Amino acid sequence: MNTIPTPAPQDAATPIVIVGHVDHGKSTLIGRLLYDTDSLPEGRVAQIIESSKKRGLTVEWSFLLDSLQIERDQGVTVDSTRIPFKLGKRQFVIVDAPGHRQFLRNMITGAADAEAAVLVVDANEGAQEQTRRHAMLLRLIGIRHVIVFMNKVDIFNYDQKKIEAAERDITALLHQLEIEPTVFVPASAREGDNMASRSDKMPWYKGPTLTEALAAVPAPSSRADLPLRLPVQDVYRFDTKRIVVGRIERGRIRVGDEVVIGVHGAKARIASIESWHTAPQVAAVAGQSVAVTLEPDVIPDRGDFLFPADHAPLRAARIRTRLFWLRQEPLRVGESFRLRLATAEHQVTVAAIDSVVRLEDLTEHPAEEVPPEGFAEITLAVSETMLFDPFVPGTADGRGVLVDRNQQIVGGAPLIGVAESVAGRNAIHPTGSAVSLWDRAQAKGHRGGVFWMTGLPGAGKSTLAREAENRLFARGIDVSVLDGDTLRAGLCADLGFSEADRRENVRRAAAVARILAESGQVVIVALISPTVADRALAQQIVGEGFHEIFIDTPQATCEQRDPKGLYAAARAGKIEGFTGVDAPYEAPEKPDLRVGTTDASRDETAARLAVYITDAIRLDATAQRQTS
Amino acid sequence: MDDLDQLEAQSIFILREAYRKLKPLAMLWSLGKDSNVMLWLARKAFLGRVPFPVMHVDTGKKFPEMYKFRDEYTKKWNLELLLGDCPPVEEIDPTLPPAARSAARKTAGLAAMIDKYKLAGVIAGIRRDEQATRAKERVFSPRGSGHKWDVRNQPPEFWDQYATPHEAGVHVRVHPLLSWREIDIWRYIEREGIPLVDLYFSKEGKRYRSLGDQDITSPIESNASTVAEVIAELETSRTSERAGRAMDHESEDAFERLRVAGYL
Ligand SMILES: Nc1nc2c(ncn2[C@@H]2O[C@H](COP(=O)(O)OP(=O)(O)OP(=O)(O)O)[C@@H](O)[C@H]2O)c(=O)[nH]1
Ligand SMILES: [Mg+2]
Repeated sequence: MNTIPTPAPQDAATPIVIVGHVDHGKSTLIGRLLYDTDSLPEGRVAQIIESSKKRGLTVEWSFLLDSLQIERDQGVTVDSTRIPFKLGKRQFVIVDAPGHRQFLRNMITGAADAEAAVLVVDANEGAQEQTRRHAMLLRLIGIRHVIVFMNKVDIFNYDQKKIEAAERDITALLHQLEIEPTVFVPASAREGDNMASRSDKMPWYKGPTLTEALAAVPAPSSRADLPLRLPVQDVYRFDTKRIVVGRIERGRIRVGDEVVIGVHGAKARIASIESWHTAPQVAAVAGQSVAVTLEPDVIPDRGDFLFPADHAPLRAARIRTRLFWLRQEPLRVGESFRLRLATAEHQVTVAAIDSVVRLEDLTEHPAEEVPPEGFAEITLAVSETMLFDPFVPGTADGRGVLVDRNQQIVGGAPLIGVAESVAGRNAIHPTGSAVSLWDRAQAKGHRGGVFWMTGLPGAGKSTLAREAENRLFARGIDVSVLDGDTLRAGLCADLGFSEADRRENVRRAAAVARILAESGQVVIVALISPTVADRALAQQIVGEGFHEIFIDTPQATCEQRDPKGLYAAARAGKIEGFTGVDAPYEAPEKPDLRVGTTDASRDETAARLAVYITDAIRLDATAQRQTS
Repeated sequence: MDDLDQLEAQSIFILREAYRKLKPLAMLWSLGKDSNVMLWLARKAFLGRVPFPVMHVDTGKKFPEMYKFRDEYTKKWNLELLLGDCPPVEEIDPTLPPAARSAARKTAGLAAMIDKYKLAGVIAGIRRDEQATRAKERVFSPRGSGHKWDVRNQPPEFWDQYATPHEAGVHVRVHPLLSWREIDIWRYIEREGIPLVDLYFSKEGKRYRSLGDQDITSPIESNASTVAEVIAELETSRTSERAGRAMDHESEDAFERLRVAGYL
């Protein structure tokens, strides 16, 4: 019997998620839908009736989905379920999501890849907390096609006025979230009104039934015509070939195409598309998991994007994201995670909480922390420059996910754009060890910083620096001093006193100071740094956390003190280019702190300095700066 | 891309994630149609190779045809085969109904192999449409102490990001076929020409739709003797695939209890 034709190719199933507040009838809707469309295997209904009876219920359609004992005993869905479902020729996957607040993570697991959502609202109760939360999540995960299912209208006898009033409330709520519901279906899941067939109890309703609304959901749009994004999943070495594998997230590749690789930007051509047990391939499109060889044979890393030179992703080290936080504890500034984006993983620190959504009215407010399972806009500081595309619904772009040290997902973070630098300054971007920066700051009880002392030779920089160091150290502050003379004896021993060498001396001091500050230390730099340009360079290198301190001692006093006998030597012509004698000193116009040394004792001055520094490195000083 | 291309691409993506993230890794090969499809997909993912061992947890009660198939294709496909056996039924929880108790031997055998090879990942060919508690599974399903499935507390999983814990004593069950339906499996077998044990095809009006242990699996009435005929039969069938598996029907919670304890 070889007459049976091979079934024709079918389109992929369209996933539809059913969401809404607990007990508003999601599982019932699905169970009833499967029953009404004759989609259940033999014997299944009998099983459901038996399980219902056992619990003293008539027919609990939700038991078709709620298969776990706890779900049936408690009458609540715990985890999401996906069931294949066919309407005519079209395949769907219906996803039952739990409505109980405690199972939000399971709701997202079910909803995140849906093409459309049915928001189930008990028309008697109207929108409840999880209705709002789920609606918010639909927006954050990028589901734009929303069908509102007004359930349980049997309870108020299919009353048109009441139904329309409930509809107005939900419309207002969704508009606030910029969701345009495609249709409202007044229905009773339990009684089967307006599910698979038109209800005769609501003759005034002319819109579609649920099945008609589902059939009208558009098929997923193709990603094949967008510019290429191929995130590298792995690199294999098989026999003599190096093979780069990954799934094309959008666009297409052809043998011979030139691609740019990752943040480093090396270029290569697709030399071949490798496969097993298929016809030889010269092209592949979005959605396919491919294996390619590159020419030249560069070695990309997992996480590198392959993309076309004329359509590069954005690059940034500070990124704004919308966050749906999935932990039961609050989230605060300074916490560190791994940010997964496609196959890439980056170290990130929460640099700022820009706003938090208040669930009662879905408005955004400034806040110190993101509440458990809350929604917020936050800024992430990445330990290195990364590539990303902003989040666009219906694509895989910008689908950031935060994971903890145990590789457990703790939140979704759709990436929305590049974050501005703090206060127009060159902010400190945590490099390499973002974790330790914040962790150490918290452990130490203070943050790092650079206190750059400038002043004439003999002004008292080194002495004051050492005095302040002593005082700060005594208070448990992790402090060190970079002194000009010490540096010249070691790190800068190769440098002379030409203009170029002086500048290099400043550059090295600033670079070292920055590294120390980023590791959480308080660094006091004592360096003449005579020109405005020198100090501007230092500030530019250090970035945020740079403080210019002017040790303002009149030249006459310096010369009179002359602790190292240098003024005398310079006056005698034994030293050339000595600052204050035959080289200029440009005093800072507006230093962060000016310290005179002539009318107070050395102790008093050092104490003043220590107070200034302690204030500047307080942890809450950080938070203020970060959120401004 | 049609639906089979899409399922194939997603399964390959999952297999490559598992290979990258979970070491050591092994694939369960029960010799049935689903695990043959899974093995085939692995060869697609790794260009003809299977870069990890395949495991057969042998209850000792499989059909002779299955053992023959195993030995033949281990050679043909150049597989690294790990074999494990199962404890006698007397050592299994006596409160389970008889067929479930018999099936639970496999859980114990599997647990012993996972411990023996210190596996971080085990790839298994279960599907959501087989059974209502399997419908609640994750693609990457971490199993903590005692290999228990903590069904009330599964990790979030979305946007193709999977939980990949690196903790001692925790392994991850990886399910690359979770989204496939029975008919998809058969259509893919047809498209790719994947070999199967001939117990799946009708002899004297009967065939096996699902293959478990000999004593707790029964054949269905069917005249389908080719893959195409099986597909045609499934398109009109109203009975469920596991109808012939005794342990699914003994009590409402039997299957859930088996799975929580580490059954597939
Ligand atoms: N009167 C009436 N009751 C309904 C209707 N639909 C559902 N119910 C009842 O509402 C209760 C909750 O239904 P479920 O389907 O379990 O609710 P759910 O939204 O799936 O709940 P969770 O999944 O736990 O969030 C059950 O007792 C249903 O019988 C309806 O149209 N009319
Ligand atoms: Mg439910």
